[in-house]
Amino acid sequence: MTEFQRLSLHVPEPAVRPGGTPDFSNVSIAKAGAVARPPVDSAPEDIRDLAYSIIRVLNREGEAVGPWAGFLSDDELLTGLRHMMKLRTFDARMLMAQRQGKTSFYMQHLGEEAVSCAFRKALRNGDMNFPTYRQAGLLIADDYPMEEMMNQIFSNESDPLRGRQLPVMYSSREHGFFTISGNLSTQYVQAVGWAMASAIKNDTKIAAAWIGDGSTAESDFHSALVFASTYKAPVILNIVNNQWAISTFQGIARGGSGTFAARGLGFGIPALRVDGNDYLAVHAVSLWAAERARRNLGPTLIEYVTYRVGAHSTSDDPSAYRPKTESEAWPLGDPVLRLKKHLIAKGAWSESRHVQAEAEILDEVLDAQKRAEAHGTLHAGGKPSVRDIFDGVYADMPAHIRRQRQEAGY
Amino acid sequence: MARMTMIEAVRSAMDVSMERDDDVVVFGEDVGYFGGVFRCTQGLQAKYGKTRCFDAPISESGIVGTAIGMAAYGLKPCVEIQFADYMYPAYDQITQEAARIRYRSNGDFTCPIVLRMPTGGGIFGGQTHSQSPEALFTHVCGLKVVVPSNPYDAKGLLIASIEDPDPVIFLEPKRLYNGPFDGHHEKPVTPWSKHDLGEVPEGHFSIPIGKAEIRKPGSAVTVIAYGTMVHVALAAAEETGVDAEVIDLRSLLPLDLDTIVQSVNKTGRCVVVHEATLTSGFGAEVAALVQQHCFYHLEAPIVRVTGWDTPYPHAQEWDYFPGPARVGRALVDVMGA
Repeated sequence: MTEFQRLSLHVPEPAVRPGGTPDFSNVSIAKAGAVARPPVDSAPEDIRDLAYSIIRVLNREGEAVGPWAGFLSDDELLTGLRHMMKLRTFDARMLMAQRQGKTSFYMQHLGEEAVSCAFRKALRNGDMNFPTYRQAGLLIADDYPMEEMMNQIFSNESDPLRGRQLPVMYSSREHGFFTISGNLSTQYVQAVGWAMASAIKNDTKIAAAWIGDGSTAESDFHSALVFASTYKAPVILNIVNNQWAISTFQGIARGGSGTFAARGLGFGIPALRVDGNDYLAVHAVSLWAAERARRNLGPTLIEYVTYRVGAHSTSDDPSAYRPKTESEAWPLGDPVLRLKKHLIAKGAWSESRHVQAEAEILDEVLDAQKRAEAHGTLHAGGKPSVRDIFDGVYADMPAHIRRQRQEAGY
Repeated sequence: MARMTMIEAVRSAMDVSMERDDDVVVFGEDVGYFGGVFRCTQGLQAKYGKTRCFDAPISESGIVGTAIGMAAYGLKPCVEIQFADYMYPAYDQITQEAARIRYRSNGDFTCPIVLRMPTGGGIFGGQTHSQSPEALFTHVCGLKVVVPSNPYDAKGLLIASIEDPDPVIFLEPKRLYNGPFDGHHEKPVTPWSKHDLGEVPEGHFSIPIGKAEIRKPGSAVTVIAYGTMVHVALAAAEETGVDAEVIDLRSLLPLDLDTIVQSVNKTGRCVVVHEATLTSGFGAEVAALVQQHCFYHLEAPIVRVTGWDTPYPHAQEWDYFPGPARVGRALVDVMGA
């Protein structure tokens, strides 16, 4: 009988921990423009390599190159740059507001602005996103008023959600933004259901599901892929791989599979990996997937390879689990600076106009904050009524809740 | 009027609803071509096409999750969970998603879904085909919980549930699918065709959710039951001769407190019967409410007759099931107290 050694458990570890030198040598990055752009009706088995490579448009010189370039005009790119700058400024102000005690909690997008801002531009009015807490760019890029977002963050008297949700858990049917859940991945399968409904009604609208790399381990992620694949639902299945699920590196959820995108292949879903810090690449890939969905060709899975530069939330301290300089070492750069460089190289933008735009955007954000704070912040000024606790649990308030509302004095 | 089993009544409710409203869709495991393991959806796919009645992958969380998404779009999904025991993988979607969407979005999104689940024992289903999980739902704000005890109510309440703007858990006591159960396992089930409540209108009608029904008026003791236990309570009253007033709750959430209080204030005694386990069961809620609202009228302690605090056994099913003998003993005891 053969003798075997005792078994041992494999626990993946990131390449480096605090005190070490950041190392992304394991991230294999294709050259900008090098990855093919197949027809939208390609069979998933014919484009398997797209699940392992990284689609990029902007090269180091700021040029847009390759088959995924050329889908946006200068004006559209300038608008995109403005959206990303606005989101970054909004984040900075709200982070400060949280530190000042004006709200309990905040989650910023630093380094990931291109993903949601560019994606939104591939959708049409009436399409629906089922987002996580890190896609506020979908609202910013759809011109949802920042004041409303702040009212929600401050849980003030004008909070559209009446103080019931954690800050940044926005909801807007009008802007295609489904109410956010704190429980991870539940929205992923709901997005598939929404898309199925659109197909059942022979509508033209499509849905987009959003998830982070860590939450792909949840069973609802896998349920969503089964349903999307089975019914060929018109849905874009987005995975934002920002490398970190709070303190847990992406290798823990990814396990032995080569990439998160590769998860789609087992379900027969076309899967692509894209440089999430490249506004043009994100937009082009989103547009490709949206066109597939609109042509009734079914779901597409997209992995956005990016890096969470900021903390997970205001309750997190990333220096406890990764080197402080790791974000600077991220090989795909900063999405705002990359688009800025591209526009300057094209002659459509300049350093001085950028500085001017930064000032204008800061004024705009400060003005929105001033107006929002006039309605109150979490601990000061106007707040939703205690009555709002009891309203809206059901369409019609049942007797037992009415009795409790009266007991509370309302 | 037609004579229907509860299965036929449930099917008729879905048929009427699908015919009246194109937004009603039915899906779940085996419900399409086959018509469901209990045949509740038989014929619906043939009549309405496979995009309005279809089979789902074996993923309860996926089924409920997609139903929530469909509801957010504007459809009214009526979903079958093959057995109530199978709903646990979907519990998060039901309790933290479906139940909360209206509230957390301040009405921006709503969730008008119905989750039908065959519930309870009495068919030799063992631990994982016999559970009565109603208390796991009645603790959740935002849900409605309905349990019919006969074909007439099953159809009227299911139509009301499908038309309800909020998520409804519709628990179908599978022991009652073919006829009322008198609690004696050695006797064959009497078919619904021989029972008044087996007479069900063929067209549209609905029964308001949240209204209990007095199945048998009486003056000595109030027996509060729902689902299968309504029939057990009626049998116990008949066999003991105790002049019991039997209330069929029909809806557990919202609960018809007025009917309960009025009855117990009249009789001064109260027995609560359910099939689910005792500890933290729905009977505890009813007993607490009766104690709070009827304290000065009570002439005896409130008694609960329930399943034991064990998983549902297979071979000893009839020793687990609260039958008329156990309920009858409680009636006699409470009268002597």
